Amino acid sequence: MNALIEFFRPHLLPLLYALVIVAVLPLIVGYIVLVERKVMADMQARLGPMRVGPHGLLQPIADAVKLLIKEDIIPENADKMLFWAAPLISVTAALLALAAMPIGPKFQIADLNIGLLFILGISSMGIFGIVLGGWASNSHYSLLGALRSAAQLVSYETAAGMALISGLLLAGTLSMHRIVEIQAGAGVWFMFLAPVGFFIYLVASIAETNRAPFDLPEAESELVAGYMTEYSGFRWSLYFLAEYVNMIVVGSIATTIFLGGWLRPFPNVNALNFLDAFPPLLMLVLAGYCFYRTPKQPVKVQKGFLAAVGLLCLALAGVLGVVLAPAAAAFKTPVHGTFWFLLKVFLYLYVFMWLRFTLPRYRFDQLMKLGWHFMLPVAIVNVMAIAVALVLHRPREAGGLDWGLGASLLVSNAGTLIVAAYLAAVGQRRASPVVGGA
Amino acid sequence: MADTRTTSFPNVETTVLGADEIVINMGPQHPSTHGVLRVKLKLDGEKVVNSECVIGYLHRGVEKIAEHRSYQQFAPYVDRMDYVAAVSNGLGYCEAVEKLLGAEAPPRARVIRTILTELQRIASHLLWLGTHALDIGALTPLFYCFREREEILKIVEKYCGARLTTHAFRIGGLQYEAYDELEKDVERFCKDFEHKIAEYEDLLTQNRIWLGRTKGIGVLTAQQAIDLGVTGPVLRASGVKWDIRKAMPYAAYDQYKFEIPTGRNGDTYDRYLVRVEEMRQSRLICLQAIQNIPAGPIMARIGKVLKPPVGEVYHSIEAPKGELGYYIVSDATIQPYRVRIRPPSFVNLQAFDTMVRGHLVADVVAIIGTIDIVLGEVDR
Amino acid sequence: MFDKALFYFFASLAVVSAFLVVTRRNAVHSAIFLITALLATAGIFLQLHAEFLFIVQIILYVGGIMVLFVFVIMLVNLDVAAHQPQFNRQTWVASLTALIVSGQFVAAFYLSRKAGSGRALFGLPQAQATRLDPNTELIGLTLFKNYMLPFEIASILLLVAMIGAVVMAKRRV
Repeated sequence: MNALIEFFRPHLLPLLYALVIVAVLPLIVGYIVLVERKVMADMQARLGPMRVGPHGLLQPIADAVKLLIKEDIIPENADKMLFWAAPLISVTAALLALAAMPIGPKFQIADLNIGLLFILGISSMGIFGIVLGGWASNSHYSLLGALRSAAQLVSYETAAGMALISGLLLAGTLSMHRIVEIQAGAGVWFMFLAPVGFFIYLVASIAETNRAPFDLPEAESELVAGYMTEYSGFRWSLYFLAEYVNMIVVGSIATTIFLGGWLRPFPNVNALNFLDAFPPLLMLVLAGYCFYRTPKQPVKVQKGFLAAVGLLCLALAGVLGVVLAPAAAAFKTPVHGTFWFLLKVFLYLYVFMWLRFTLPRYRFDQLMKLGWHFMLPVAIVNVMAIAVALVLHRPREAGGLDWGLGASLLVSNAGTLIVAAYLAAVGQRRASPVVGGA
Repeated sequence: MADTRTTSFPNVETTVLGADEIVINMGPQHPSTHGVLRVKLKLDGEKVVNSECVIGYLHRGVEKIAEHRSYQQFAPYVDRMDYVAAVSNGLGYCEAVEKLLGAEAPPRARVIRTILTELQRIASHLLWLGTHALDIGALTPLFYCFREREEILKIVEKYCGARLTTHAFRIGGLQYEAYDELEKDVERFCKDFEHKIAEYEDLLTQNRIWLGRTKGIGVLTAQQAIDLGVTGPVLRASGVKWDIRKAMPYAAYDQYKFEIPTGRNGDTYDRYLVRVEEMRQSRLICLQAIQNIPAGPIMARIGKVLKPPVGEVYHSIEAPKGELGYYIVSDATIQPYRVRIRPPSFVNLQAFDTMVRGHLVADVVAIIGTIDIVLGEVDR
Repeated sequence: MFDKALFYFFASLAVVSAFLVVTRRNAVHSAIFLITALLATAGIFLQLHAEFLFIVQIILYVGGIMVLFVFVIMLVNLDVAAHQPQFNRQTWVASLTALIVSGQFVAAFYLSRKAGSGRALFGLPQAQATRLDPNTELIGLTLFKNYMLPFEIASILLLVAMIGAVVMAKRRV
């Protein structure tokens, strides 16, 4: 018995984190969906869900209950085992990728020394969930949609991987925790050192998660209805959960590699230490806004709710402010770190949502052309450019030219941008042949 | 196409990668066919080789009904054809019967008719723009367009009490006097509308993805358009400058200054630009019209029982979707002998096959949207 | 103890999956079980502290090659294949041969372990008690320093294969 306890002791904290993530994440995903609907409504000059709960706050609960009590329909000739297993594969792959994610300096389930590669590999397992889901539905349209979706994912995975390599080159290690620490040491996020890589990863991750403008395989107005067609009720909600957890995963990867993970802007620069006060101030501003809007609510329930949210923001501001005191210095980095990380992931997802509601959809062949003819070449050139920059930065004895890091990266990024502009021009010329009589 | 084996599943005889051609069915229930339209597509891989539109799902026998209704009784039926722009249907019918009777609506009625018809043109184009953008994947313009369309429908509702199937005009003029704030409402709407069009254009016109999805798609040359009998913005986008409001003016159009936008290439992008520009021109017409609405009667003296002399008339107007024509044969009774309606969408839909050949399946939805059809009109 | 249990779990998973690969009637099921077998093998790699091999197995073999397998299986007409007899008449001969060969393997392993380096048949090195660390850097350095030429030749071979595939499959869309 004692041996068992001793055996599990070093694994207790990671188990706790894992439990927290797996238990809390579906709820969080539900609320991310609500936030997306509200953001969509805001951009479309309307209000979004308002009925279920104050300001639509119980909408995710209502949706979840509805999906759970729906009839479980399996198409007649569907492959039952695969039909059951496909959403599970998607969800498992998506959730497992969070195992190596450093959400805070101490909030990480497992700091693998191949962390980045692990996350990429496990996320790529999600493709099976899609392909098998389309196959198991025994429907021609589902299969075509699934194969298209998988082809899109595979194409953009290569570009995304190449873009991440540029961040990897700057860090020199695959361990996610170490990558953030190196950004802390450098005093600047890698986004500023490798902006082209960040941008390519941003676009590729939108295509990875099947979001607009790359969502042709799942669009309702298209001929092929997509791999999720035959799934209803709980099975469909698993696919949906997998999609949003995938969004969180790519957001977390981008945050860790390019946006400094749990670090505040300009992490080690002492002159900018006042930026540490930003989290509690942000929470105070939010609390103030909630209290300001409370008396303006038409209904008492909404008044109470807004006041409660305001109090919650105040409590968070208090916690974030208290750890700033020198007496609690040990807690400052974990608490503030987790806050910064979540804020950055949220902003990244906000950009996803923003793009979804602004841009039309790419046609499938245009999508693939973009991936293979533009994204991948630029990503590869970017890797070479960063490598050249790092060599230029080396001291003379090691074979470099001892340039400053900033100068060498400036030159290399400029080179990449020139190549990208050329490729874009070629793409445009190819895409719009001169029409007769124009 | 003597292809009787099509069901909702494609006919796959070899591998799915399709060395042979497969036939795919789209509709009649489909989110993007804008009504109950069934399209059969013969594909070679991803390319459309042949297509056939199956219509008639919304056929209500309107022309037959016309033979058993008096002229005034038939007027509400025409609203239900192009239900998106009901007022212009009524205009065409009322003017056709007036021609048959040899009567003319008084000037005040003609000007108010023009204002309402132009507002409906804007409303129809707004709905077209919203749904077309939605089909191509832009989720937001739909809500913006409907916000403006709401304003127009409010004006129409204040005028005649109905938003959609309005029966706004009567044979010989109008029934309702223009309400007091009509000019103010229209002016307020038009003043604001310029910014709103700029909003839509911001989102779409220079957008790379929009250009990629619409440029070069569904090209219809001018000669093809004329041969197929296509009218309206589709014809004008192919480069033919033909607008019945200028060529054979009706209502009060000869009093106002406006341009006829034309395109060059006849592709989907040009049709988009033409319709957006038409919205601007309609706005200008409305602004000019409300400057001076002549005073006077709103109804001509034609009596309550209409028995036009024996004869026939063909009168067409420029509806938002094209040339809407009414061919009415009268046999001196209170019911017409024959009413034949030439709907613009029905004739324009015939161009679909020409436009869609050689394109990918994903473009089919864009091309259906760009012709701007309303099934109520196509099927009657 | 935990290590042993984990190893037996992965090993039995691999063996059972491999057996199921060849006995399923449905080709997609076979592919799925092949994936499970590969994942189990990757697990064994991880247990040997070869984490780079573990993840490369997953990324390349499972995430790349098996996806390709599954694509092809799904695009090929399976109805005909499903109705064909799964096992031909040589089942007994095949099983006997497999049994003999596996018996030889097992005997070889046990004999070389018991005899020590003198009578070693395969000369297998002793398993190291400490980690091979860091696995990724070791592999990278070896590949790019000692085995640079074979690495480049392999890359060129892959490039040739890609170009050949594109040329053969390309048709005007």
